[in-house]
Amino acid sequence: MSVAMMTMLVPKAPETIAVSTVDKSNHRPAQFQMPPAETGTKDKTAAIHIRHLNFYYGTSQALQNISLDIPKNQVTAFIGPSGCGKSTLLRCINRLNDLVDGSRLEGRIEVEGQNIYDPLVDVISLRKNIGMVFQKSNPFPKSIYENVAYGPRIAGVRKRAELDEIVEKSLRRAALWDEAKDRLAASALGLSGGQQQRLCIARAIAVQPQIILMDEPCSALDPIATAKIEELMLQLKANYTIVIVTHNMQQAARVSDRTAFLWLGKLVEYDGTHKIFTNPSEKLTEDYITGRFG
Amino acid sequence: MKASFWKSGNAFIWLTGMAAGIGMLMIGGLIALILMNGLGIFWPARLEELTLKDGSKVLGEIWNRERIPDAKSNAPATRIRVKIGNRDFYGLDFRWINEADIIARRFPDSVFVFERQAWGNFFGYATELSFSGETIARGAEQTAVALPKFLVETGRLLQQITHIEKKVIGDINYEIEKRRLAIKRLSLRQDVDTSLISQKQKREAEISALQKLYDQNEKQLESLREKGEAYQLTIQAVDGRTKTMTLLEIVRAFQPNQMSKLDKTGLYFSRVWEFFTSAPREANMEGGVFPAIFGTVLMVFIMSLAVMPLGVLTAIYMREYAKQGPFVRALRIAVNNLAGVPSIVFGIFGLGFFVYAIGGTIDKFFYPEALPTPTYGTGGILWAALTLALLTVPVVIVTTEEGLAAVPAAMREASLALGATKFETLWRVLIPSASPAILTGLILAMARAAGEVAPLMITGVVKLAPSLPLDGHFPYLHLERKFMHLGFHIYDVGFQSPNIEASLPMVYATTLLLILIVLALNLAAIFLRNRLRRRFAMGQF
Repeated sequence: MSVAMMTMLVPKAPETIAVSTVDKSNHRPAQFQMPPAETGTKDKTAAIHIRHLNFYYGTSQALQNISLDIPKNQVTAFIGPSGCGKSTLLRCINRLNDLVDGSRLEGRIEVEGQNIYDPLVDVISLRKNIGMVFQKSNPFPKSIYENVAYGPRIAGVRKRAELDEIVEKSLRRAALWDEAKDRLAASALGLSGGQQQRLCIARAIAVQPQIILMDEPCSALDPIATAKIEELMLQLKANYTIVIVTHNMQQAARVSDRTAFLWLGKLVEYDGTHKIFTNPSEKLTEDYITGRFG
Repeated sequence: MKASFWKSGNAFIWLTGMAAGIGMLMIGGLIALILMNGLGIFWPARLEELTLKDGSKVLGEIWNRERIPDAKSNAPATRIRVKIGNRDFYGLDFRWINEADIIARRFPDSVFVFERQAWGNFFGYATELSFSGETIARGAEQTAVALPKFLVETGRLLQQITHIEKKVIGDINYEIEKRRLAIKRLSLRQDVDTSLISQKQKREAEISALQKLYDQNEKQLESLREKGEAYQLTIQAVDGRTKTMTLLEIVRAFQPNQMSKLDKTGLYFSRVWEFFTSAPREANMEGGVFPAIFGTVLMVFIMSLAVMPLGVLTAIYMREYAKQGPFVRALRIAVNNLAGVPSIVFGIFGLGFFVYAIGGTIDKFFYPEALPTPTYGTGGILWAALTLALLTVPVVIVTTEEGLAAVPAAMREASLALGATKFETLWRVLIPSASPAILTGLILAMARAAGEVAPLMITGVVKLAPSLPLDGHFPYLHLERKFMHLGFHIYDVGFQSPNIEASLPMVYATTLLLILIVLALNLAAIFLRNRLRRRFAMGQF
């Protein structure tokens, strides 16, 4: 199926995220909010701007001076050999690296115009706007329904009917509804690996994020399950900005619109996927892609 | 080949296997010993009559046979231990008899075992049964036929008597005490006005009314006793001495030498039932252990209620919130060492802190009218449970911490990435996933608490508690009351009783019961844990 056909299958765009107004009177951390697209940034189509990013685990530097723009409603892939920092870069975008003791970050990451490392930014609402899918599928040891409803419940959705609707919509979008609709109350751990990963995607999109980060989402899956997830990514990009880390060059070539090649914590090359895979500017990129190292 | 045995490591396999084997042998042996002795005591033994060389006769249960330690002759000389009962005649329950001295042995059919309220068992023959001086039955056969019917009757009388003694008079005493304290509370007040005086007078009038009721019941008790005491049974020991006693004194009478297997089984279960459900008599050596079972289970229950929140919250703080550094490390070491502190030290701490400091303060502010008699300022089930909670909290902390640490980081990250706060992640994901481990900690804590004796001895356990900590008087659960405990019961009966040899069976039976209770608590918790574990098992591909 072509990409164009995929996008036709996708239901209407998600509702805009409800934003609460910043209350400056009592100096509470500002709710992270998506500014209107017009606010002055150089690249109006970009969802994420990363500028001069340095990241340290204790004393060792994991990322060196990374700057790149991730465009809206496209799939951007990070590739590179193990330990090159691509997962670290991904986890900087939803500040999951904050959990690592002794980690330190310099530079800026702007998500639609706002620096997410600003001390006033509320990490919790930031993470609600940026969904994440992990390398190993990690459903909670709860029912399928409860897994998808987890995020909305935390966001304060209490009405059963509303939750039912969100769960169904999310599962449909993650192409899991037909397989799971009869066993919503069953444990999520009873699903197959590929189904679990799609459940994790459903769980991520249930909170209606703008951006979805995927950290090697198919590395533990068989080819058929992988194909399903890839198909899903192509569908989802109509509504979401997707950033994917992958070890699989073919996967990057198949699903991504833009590709960044990282090597030893540095951004070597960042360009359209077609260009990177057919005519890379850097020798290092070519060597990696053709399998001469890595 | 020899060298290869050492080199191949086979020797080490044998060594490890032997170590495991020795451990299993010891545990198995202990359990077999307790099972054999603990289950056997309720089975009615046959009574044997021995005629000795000097012409005297001995009647009793044969307990065991052994070689005489200092036998000089070459012939293997053995002696037997006979339980002769009749403590009021002989003073001792047991007698060693050299088998060489025995010239005749037989099992007389008509011999009786009388289990009595006091003085232990009497072995002998029933010779006469009379009612207010008039003979009803004479001779062994007649009496044996007549006895059961009258025993049923006196049994009913005895039930009435205990009901009045324990329940009716107990309730009256409780009400009188309540009013007496109310009067004292009124007189402690500084302001004196007429309403106080009238209140006091009202209470005093109530007390005298209750006193009258008490006297009535006392009279009824008297008449019931007289009625029961009118039944007199004359029994004769094997040496010809006779004793006359009232039927009220007899708990049970049976003729073991002519009972069928079925009768004996019936008696066995009746005795087991008595052991589980009735209060002890004869300085805890006979009767049942119900108050001790009740006290043990209730104490463990209260302890669990205290130790769970304390241990789990501490562990959550140490694992999830505290900054991992020297301080938390030191705290962790301290917690681990706390588990190694001798339990008597916890007992002394409990006495000083809970009983004297907290209990004393409670008494001063809330129960001043009862002073100098302490209410909470003395050992009680609450203080004992809290002391044991302190003793077992390290176990809960350590297992909970391990449980939290074992939850995959991916689970935590998944929750946080969905915009959950740390607390939401803990409450919705981590604690449910760690619940099997938390339960394991509770199992260990409960097992330890159920078996602990030393700290209880100074924080509230008594040899004989007059009333259970749970009864029909408001507020129903009396946490300040002293209680009985199986572990202490074993110690008390086995080592503090006036007649240790005779109470040995009770010790075995109580030990078996305590082990069974710990086992049952453990099995219940393990069952629960396995169910949770299945529910929260981490996903595998």
